[in-house]
Amino acid sequence: MTDLQTFRTEARAWLEDNCPPEMREPMKGDKDACWGGRNFTFQSEAQKVWLERMVAQGWTVPTWPKEYGGAGLSRQEEIVLLQEMKRINARNPLSSFGIWMLGPALLKFGTEEQKLEHLPPIARGEIRWCQGYSEPGAGSDLASLKTKAEDKGDHYIVNGQKVWTSYADQADWIFCLVRTDNTGKKHHGISFVLFDMASEGVEARPIKLISGRSPFCETFLTDVKVLKKNLVGEEHKGWSIAKYLLTHEREMIGNQEGVTRPLHEIAAGSLGLTDGKLADPMLRAKVAEAEIDEWAFNLTMKRKLAEAKAGASLGADSSMLKYYGTELNKRKFELMMDATGHEGLEWESERSNDGKMARSWLRTKGNSIEGGTSEVQLNIISKHILQLPGA
Amino acid sequence: MALVLNEDEVMMRDMAQSFFAEKAPVKALRELRDTNDETGFDRALWANMAEMGFAGIVVPEEHGGVDMGYLAAGLVAEQMGRNLTASPFLSTAILAATALKYGSDEQKSEWLPKIASGETIIALALDEGVKHNPRGTATTAEPSGNGFKLNGSKAMVVDGHVADKMIVVARTSGEEGDAEGLSLFLVDPKSDGVSTERTIMVDSRNAARIDFDDVEVDGDALLGTLDGGMEVLDAVLTAGRGIAAAELLGAGAQAFEDTVAYIKERKQFGEIIGSFQALQHRSSHLYSEVEIARSAVIGALTALDEGDENAALYCAMAKAKLGSVAKLASQEGVQMHGGVGMTDEYDIGLFMKRIRVLQELMGDAHYHMNEFAEANQY
Ligand SMILES: Cc1cc2nc3c(=O)[nH]c(=O)nc-3n(C[C@H](O)[C@H](O)[C@H](O)COP(=O)(O)OP(=O)(O)OC[C@H]3O[C@@H](n4cnc5c(N)ncnc54)[C@H](O)[C@@H]3O)c2cc1C
Repeated sequence: MTDLQTFRTEARAWLEDNCPPEMREPMKGDKDACWGGRNFTFQSEAQKVWLERMVAQGWTVPTWPKEYGGAGLSRQEEIVLLQEMKRINARNPLSSFGIWMLGPALLKFGTEEQKLEHLPPIARGEIRWCQGYSEPGAGSDLASLKTKAEDKGDHYIVNGQKVWTSYADQADWIFCLVRTDNTGKKHHGISFVLFDMASEGVEARPIKLISGRSPFCETFLTDVKVLKKNLVGEEHKGWSIAKYLLTHEREMIGNQEGVTRPLHEIAAGSLGLTDGKLADPMLRAKVAEAEIDEWAFNLTMKRKLAEAKAGASLGADSSMLKYYGTELNKRKFELMMDATGHEGLEWESERSNDGKMARSWLRTKGNSIEGGTSEVQLNIISKHILQLPGA
Repeated sequence: MALVLNEDEVMMRDMAQSFFAEKAPVKALRELRDTNDETGFDRALWANMAEMGFAGIVVPEEHGGVDMGYLAAGLVAEQMGRNLTASPFLSTAILAATALKYGSDEQKSEWLPKIASGETIIALALDEGVKHNPRGTATTAEPSGNGFKLNGSKAMVVDGHVADKMIVVARTSGEEGDAEGLSLFLVDPKSDGVSTERTIMVDSRNAARIDFDDVEVDGDALLGTLDGGMEVLDAVLTAGRGIAAAELLGAGAQAFEDTVAYIKERKQFGEIIGSFQALQHRSSHLYSEVEIARSAVIGALTALDEGDENAALYCAMAKAKLGSVAKLASQEGVQMHGGVGMTDEYDIGLFMKRIRVLQELMGDAHYHMNEFAEANQY
C-alpha cells in the first residue's frame, strides 16, 4: 500500500469512530455552521465534540505545521481527508476567516512570535477573526483606503471607518488595512495590522441585507490603540500581504462544491417528471447545462489545487476560480428559484424553513461582489494572466 | 484521479506539440484545400504519425501498438486541433481501433497491426440523418446465404472516401429507435453495391455519403455480437467523444490565443484595442471557460483510462462542454478580429469552421445535455 492509501484507510477509520452521527446530517441553515470564538454558543453537544476531536487531530487546518495547531499534511493527504469527510457527509467542523484568509497570510508573512500567538487559537476555534478591508470610499479601488494609523512609538493610533465587515459584531479580532503613509502612490503606505475587537474605540454596527439578515457591519474606529508587535510584515508594505490574502479568500469563495443537493433533484422534487423527463423542458436543458459546468468547474478546482503546492496561493488563477464559481453559483440559484416557483418565494414560515430558499438565493448575489467583484476578477485575469495593456 | 499530467504525459504532449507545429501546421491544411488534394490529407504525414506511435496509440502492444491510453491520445488530438491538422487519426486510430478491440482474435490480429502501422484506413459508417442518432439507425443487415445483405444510406462518414475498410452499423433486429438490435460489420468499400460520394465539408476535410444496395458480406464480417452492437458502439463513441473534445480543446485554445495576440497588436483610437475593457472582459471570460474545458477533457479521458464506471458519461459531458466553449472561442475570435476575421487570409475563420464540424460529430452539446439529463433520470 502506498503512504497515501494507508493514510486514507486510517483517516476513514478515525472519521468513522469520531464523527458524531448528527454531524453527518446536512446543515439546515446558517446557524448550524460552527464559527468558534469567544462569543460562540454551540448548537449541540455533537457540534462541540466534533470540533474538539478534529482540533486534537490537527484536522481543522490539516496542512498547517503541527506547532501551529495543524497536522502537517501534504496537499494530497488533505485532498484524501476531504474526500473521506465528504464520503460520510461530515460537516466542516469549523468555519473561519482565520483559517481561510488570515492563516495563510501569517504563515507566509508573519514573524515566529505572531504565528505562535495567533495560529493555534485559530486552529482551535478559540478566536474568531473578521476582515477590515473595505471602506465607504474604497471598494473595488481598495488601495485608495483612508483609515489612518499614526505612529506613536511603540504603538499606532487608528482612526477611520470600515464597511461591509462580515461578522464584525461577533468577531474577536480583526485583520485590518490602515494607511501609515499618504505621501506616495496609493499602493504604498498601506500597513497590515491586527487588533482585538474589544479594544476601546471599536464599534461595529450591523447592516441589514436584502436577505433580511445582518451578517455584516459598519465598523467605526476611533483612537484605537494598536501595538506595533501586531504589525504584520513591513510598515507601509501591507498591500502585497493584502493581495496574497485575497487570493486565498477568492479560492474559498469560488469553491461552492456540495453546498446544495444536486440541482436536478431539487427541480425534479419540485416540478415532477413527465415521461421520465423534468416537467419543464426549457428548464431541463438549463439544468443539464449548469450541472455539466459544475462538474467541469469542480474538476478545475481540484486540478488547480493539485498543481499548486500545499498551502501555496493559486495566484491570479484564484480570480478565475472566484469569477467562474460565483457566477455559476448565482446561475444555479436562479434555476432553483425557477424550479421551486411559488414555494421558493415564501419568506417567513416554518414550512419554508424561514424562507431558506429565497434568502439563500439573495445571499448568492453577494458572491460576485465580496472578495472583489466579478468585473475586478476579470480585470485581474486581463492584467496578470493575459497581460493585456492598460488592464 | 490525477488531474495533473505526469512526466510521460508531459513528454508526449511536448513531442506532439513540436511534431504538428513543424509537420502539419495550418498552412498545410490550406495547401491541401487549395490544391484540391484528392485524398484530403497527406499520406506521408500519416506514415510519419504512425512512426511516432500516434496511429497505434490505443492499440495493444501485442498487436503492434504503443498502448498509451486515451489521455495520451487526447494530448495528440489537442495538438492536431491547435494546428488544424488533417489526418485519419480520429477515424482510424481512435474509432476503428477501439471497435476492433472488441473483435474476434482473427479480426484483431488482422486489422489492429495495420492500423498501428498506418497501412490501413478504416472509417466508421454510423450516422444517417441530419443529426447524430445511433439508436435511429435504419440501415439494415438481413441474413443472406452464410452472411448478411446490407441496405441503407450513411452520411458524414469521416474519411469514408479513402477508407480501405469500413465499420458499418446496421440494424439486424428491432425497430428504429431501439438500442438493441444493432450490429457492426467490417465491409470492403469496393464490394458490389457500395457507392461512395466524397463530400467536402466546411472545414475542408472529408466525409462521405455512402449507399449500400444489397451489399453482401460474409458471416465473419460481424464485429462483436449479433444484435449487441450497441455495447461496442458505446465504447467507440465514448472514446471518439473524448478525443473529439480534446481536439476541440486544442482548436478552441488556439483560436483564443490567436485572438489575444491580435488584440495586443491592433490599434484603434490611438490605442491597442486590447486595452479596451469590453474586450478584456470577454477575453478573460473566455480564458476561464477554456481552463474549465481543459479540466473536463483531462477528467473524462483519465476516467476512461482508469475504467471508471462513469467514463462514458464523463466523455459525453466533456463533448458537450467543449462543443460550447470552442464555439464561443471561435465566435469571439472572429468578432474581436474585426474585418480581417472575415477574410480567408487569417486563420481564425478556419478555426471557426473546424470547430463547427467537430462540435457536430458524435453528438452536439444539445444531444449530450439531453443524454446527460436522461442518465440522471430527469
Ligand atoms: C456579502 C459581502 C460580504 C463582504 N464582506 C467583507 C468583509 O468581511 N470585509 C471587507 O473588507 N469587505 C467585505 N465586503 C466588501 C466587498 O469586498 C466590496 O463590496 C467589493 O470589493 C466591491 O466594492 P464596492 O461595494 O465599493 O463596489 P464598487 O467598487 O463601487 O463597485 C460598483 C460596481 O462597479 C464595478 N466596478 C468598479 N470598478 C471597476 C473597474 N475598474 N472596472 C469595471 N467595473 C468596475 C464593480 O464591479 C461593481 O459592479 C463584502 C461584500 C459583500 C457583498
